[in-house]
Amino acid sequence: MAIEVRIPTILRSHTGGAKVVEGSGDTLNDLLTDLDARHPGLRGRLVTAEGGLHRFVNVYVNDEDVRFLGALDTKLNDGDTVTILPAVAGG
Amino acid sequence: MSDVLSIGRSIIEAIVEHARRDHPDEACGVVAGPAGSDRPTRLIPMQNAARSMTFYEFDSKEYLRVWREMDDRDEEPVVIYHSHTATEAYPSRTDISFAGWPQAHYLLVSTRDPQRAEIRSFRIVDGEVTEEPVRLLESDSVEATVDPHAVQSYMFGQSPASVDYECPAAS
Repeated sequence: MAIEVRIPTILRSHTGGAKVVEGSGDTLNDLLTDLDARHPGLRGRLVTAEGGLHRFVNVYVNDEDVRFLGALDTKLNDGDTVTILPAVAGG
Repeated sequence: MSDVLSIGRSIIEAIVEHARRDHPDEACGVVAGPAGSDRPTRLIPMQNAARSMTFYEFDSKEYLRVWREMDDRDEEPVVIYHSHTATEAYPSRTDISFAGWPQAHYLLVSTRDPQRAEIRSFRIVDGEVTEEPVRLLESDSVEATVDPHAVQSYMFGQSPASVDYECPAAS
């Protein structure tokens, strides 16, 4: 099951500079585990030690922010596009 | 990566206007430009989803839409700006921890003084903050006569018709 994943500049050191990579998984959690096998360290930039999504990133499945879809448990389907963006926020 | 922000005066004026409009809440937005050019050309004021006087956050849906539009046009966020409404135009600890666009100029506007807005620009890479000069471009070809090696902050008056700015001596 191929899912296209769009990688922001700040994380491209984990993907050999690639803007777009492919992975597979039934959930976002599975996808990130799959990606980490080929792009070591990527998962650690997105998932905290406690196992939640990092607040410094926005992750979207197609047009939806996964925070509103079930976070790491978000279900994925063949052909979905996952977009990762650094959160823009501050004080 | 250049160590100066060169930006059109009209864009800066529009950013100050946006910050004034949203005051006392923080305002935020992007100035996009052709990827790799380091030229901020297209101002995109964004909503502050936090609607707060002490915090800002891009609305996640709007951000995705704007990012896709930039990507389609082969642009990137050259400047990411936000305002501080009660404190100086210097990145806060939260600003530093969130800064996720290492190639962007982080522009801060302080609107704490109702008469004069303060503008300063920073690079924030791996948690390290470096202030850089802001060079105002009067048009695409003419540049303001500003020492490019000095770090300046600009004080903008409220009336866009008669902009009052001064460059304090570099420290």
